Amino acid sequence: MKSRILGIKVFIILIIFVLSLRLFSIQIMDTNYQKIANRNVIQRGIEYPYRGLVFDRKGKLLMYNEPIFDLEVTPKNINLSDSLLIKELLSITQKEFEEAYRKATSFSRHLPSIFYKQMSNEKFASIQDRMIDLEGFNINTRTTRGYAEKGMANILGYVGEITRNQLKLDTTGYYKAGDNIGITGIEKTYEASIRGLRGVKYRNVDVQGVNMGSFKNGTYDTLSQPGLDLILTLDGTLQKYAEKLMEGKTGSLVAIDPSSGEILSLVSAPSYDPSLLSGRGFSRNFATIQTDSLKPLFNRPLQAMYPPGSMFKTIQGLIALEQGQVQADEIITVNGQLIGDHAPADRYDMERAITKSSNNYFFKVFRRVIQQGEHPSPFIDSRMGYNKWRDYVLQFGFGNTLNIDLPNEKAGFIPNLDFYDKIYGEERWKFSNIYSLSIGQGELLVTPLQMANLGAILANRGDYFTPHLVKKVGNKSLDFGQKKSVDIDTSHFDSVLDGMQALVSVPGSRAYIPGLVFCGKTSTVENSQGLDHSGFMGFAPRKDPKIAIAVYVENAGWGARAALSTASLIIEKYVNGSVKKKWLENYVLKGNFQDAKPK
Amino acid sequence: MRSQNRYQTDTLSVVYFLSLVALGWINIYAADYDLENAVSFFDLNQSATKQLIWIGASFLIIAVIYILDYQFYDSFGYVIWGISIFFLLAVLFFGKEVAGSTSWFEIGFIKIQPAEFAKIATAIALAKYLNSLNTGGSVQRKLGLSTLLFLIPMGLIIMQGDLGSAVVFCSLILVLFREGLSGKLLFFSLYAVILFFLTLLIGQWILFLMVFVLFLICLGLFIKNKRGLILILCVAVLSCGLIKSVDFVLNEVLKEHQRLRVMSLINPNADPLGIGWNVSQSKIAIGSGGFMGKGFLKGTQTKFDFVPAQTTDFIFCTVGEEQGWLGGTLIMILFGAFFLRLLKIAERQKSNFVRIYGYSVVAIMFFHFAINIAMTIGLFPVIGIPLPFFSYGGSSLWTFTMLLFILLKLDSQRMEQLGH
Repeated sequence: MKSRILGIKVFIILIIFVLSLRLFSIQIMDTNYQKIANRNVIQRGIEYPYRGLVFDRKGKLLMYNEPIFDLEVTPKNINLSDSLLIKELLSITQKEFEEAYRKATSFSRHLPSIFYKQMSNEKFASIQDRMIDLEGFNINTRTTRGYAEKGMANILGYVGEITRNQLKLDTTGYYKAGDNIGITGIEKTYEASIRGLRGVKYRNVDVQGVNMGSFKNGTYDTLSQPGLDLILTLDGTLQKYAEKLMEGKTGSLVAIDPSSGEILSLVSAPSYDPSLLSGRGFSRNFATIQTDSLKPLFNRPLQAMYPPGSMFKTIQGLIALEQGQVQADEIITVNGQLIGDHAPADRYDMERAITKSSNNYFFKVFRRVIQQGEHPSPFIDSRMGYNKWRDYVLQFGFGNTLNIDLPNEKAGFIPNLDFYDKIYGEERWKFSNIYSLSIGQGELLVTPLQMANLGAILANRGDYFTPHLVKKVGNKSLDFGQKKSVDIDTSHFDSVLDGMQALVSVPGSRAYIPGLVFCGKTSTVENSQGLDHSGFMGFAPRKDPKIAIAVYVENAGWGARAALSTASLIIEKYVNGSVKKKWLENYVLKGNFQDAKPK
Repeated sequence: MRSQNRYQTDTLSVVYFLSLVALGWINIYAADYDLENAVSFFDLNQSATKQLIWIGASFLIIAVIYILDYQFYDSFGYVIWGISIFFLLAVLFFGKEVAGSTSWFEIGFIKIQPAEFAKIATAIALAKYLNSLNTGGSVQRKLGLSTLLFLIPMGLIIMQGDLGSAVVFCSLILVLFREGLSGKLLFFSLYAVILFFLTLLIGQWILFLMVFVLFLICLGLFIKNKRGLILILCVAVLSCGLIKSVDFVLNEVLKEHQRLRVMSLINPNADPLGIGWNVSQSKIAIGSGGFMGKGFLKGTQTKFDFVPAQTTDFIFCTVGEEQGWLGGTLIMILFGAFFLRLLKIAERQKSNFVRIYGYSVVAIMFFHFAINIAMTIGLFPVIGIPLPFFSYGGSSLWTFTMLLFILLKLDSQRMEQLGH
């Protein structure tokens, strides 16, 4: 018997030992249970910060955060006798009420879910006062982007859910699936500043998922930080006026303050109402906008590439002068037979050639620039001349992006030697193959932004600043780098600017602004696809310039009509503060330039 | 010396009892504690407050036990057993059905569970019957017959649908072992239980193969021993029969919810939101306790109702979560010391009746203790049996109090008992 008694005792101790060992294995060896337990009760809630506000250069609010109010219901807690009041306040039918209630119940009886989405302000106001009577109902506030104006969509951009690809590319590890991110415009470029810092709130939940208060009194919580506000360089009033003028047209308008590179106005036409891509209607509206044949999402000032046309003669003149291939006062006689021309056969100096936009004058000047006679072979001579010429053109900011603070800027195109070698074969092309470049046609492609920047270079007689849209982020002024200069002696600008001034100084003409001395050059850009594009580039006033501008209106014919008129109005509006030429304004607003096809 | 010892109750046992009840109450308080809405301590909706009343009542029961003459239990042993059987039968017809089992009488606000009473009655009756072992007849035969004393209530309780309470009676085999039951029988019962679970775990065909291989090996070893060969052959055939019967037991004998409990022990993910939920949440709660636990009232899994039946059958979750491995092990050691103390008390009796009764008490309590904790940590299927002195509820607390104090009362008068 003794051994049996001992056996029983050993058995009891052994079982306790086994139980303790098992406890040891699940409590200490296996740390998984701790994690699962935390997953059970600790819910990680993300506190999304407000995105930064956006103001124009004068402090006018352009983009803000708009609250959206949803009515939520927790089925377990409601008092069904309140249903009459709810139906009345929301003005919904019994059927709608039952449907919404059924949906909420099938989601959860214990957790709040949306009962009525996006209440109108009136409904919100009336229901807010009655909330204390309505047990089980609560109002959930979300925010979405709100816009003061219907314009500027291409500048402000929009916010959307981060894509899987963007998530992969995100090296900061900040973003999680389902997060919002700036997709275009300054919402994208300034995303890191404007988004703010996400906060995290840990809370305890019970088995039903009901909130049981903050986890460890919020020790691990982080507060969200609202995004930084942006102050744009944009002039809201000017922008609105420019958008009005560009309404119903296809094209671009870019206005820059030459003294700083600050963009005063940037219009892409046609555009869309930015509020369409904010909040709930996003996917439906996006599809509509994206499939629009006029491509409102295409940010023309930065992305549309056109030949520069006659506006390019300003650069041709400056390069030839700098290289000494022509003197400003040298008279060149043209008979108008080298190249098609609207200017008459006549004797031209630089100023007059610019004013009259003589194709044949610039044909001759460009021939001198390309074939400088430094090599007996005209082919090699052309290569050498072309390369020098191209270096100058690149200095004007063409052929490369200017690095404006907006996404998807295009570089334009200034062909290099390889390009022509591929077409014609090495040393098998010379001036006669590329003479179209002399009048800004041929293979050249520029963006409206680059043309406006050219206006700024001319205004500053050779200097420019990187064009940009944002002045200040939070309290910090942004630095867009040093002034850049082209290797053209400032004295060479006189004759070119004289020619530009003369062009816009004919009293009574569309361009003329009484009392304002300014400069401009038009283009009638040849377009193989349809009607010519109307282009204008200039700056004002000539002395102490305040605004440089480029306008392209697609398929509007003469540069001297659509583009010049629009630019003239913008200049008058910005420099003088108001527009006196109402007839010109009506002319532009009416927008009937179609009968103006040249030839 | 003698006269001093005459009416002395075992102090150490009482200290263990009080400690366990106190610790149990603290954990019930913790399990039921509501972080959000602190309720008045005297609110009768609080389990802890009600448990205090049950504890108070158990002292009344102790008083009654001490007033009754010590010879009462020996004399009326079979009568008590008979009454308990009567109640077990009656509850089948007049009982109130709660969650699939008819094991409660409800008279006004008082609820009585005859199965609890049957545990005490059976322990007494078994002691009385085995006490007469020495008076003649084959010991093994008498031991075998004595199983009827607990097989009958067991059967009735199974009929009520309360498998957990029924299984408890199996623990009395330990008493039979102490009184001389063949060790082989015990070994084979254990072997059968292990084989049963192995079948569930690894499937019958692999087991058939293993039995066959073992059989061949043994055949080689006992080739010259004829009796050994026959025994091995019997064991092999019986093993195969048992393996084969597992499916039958699972599908035909056990009820659906019981089958699920057994299955979820083998694979907790089989039914993660049903019965598997209890086991996995219980393990999560305990497992998250770590070495030192999260601290008193700091448990989250129990507070936020992740663990079902957290004040009753799963009270050990609160211990494990809030007091950790250290607290859990210390409490188990306390239980262990308590059981060993009771064994010591049993062994010091001159009266066989008291000794056997003492072993019954230890067997029943130890079985509750081991199985309850084992099921909370996923070592045993979830059968709803309480942790002695810890689990919330008057019925179980009073049963264990009675079991214990009848023993202590008898022990206190052991000098007056007649030895055999």
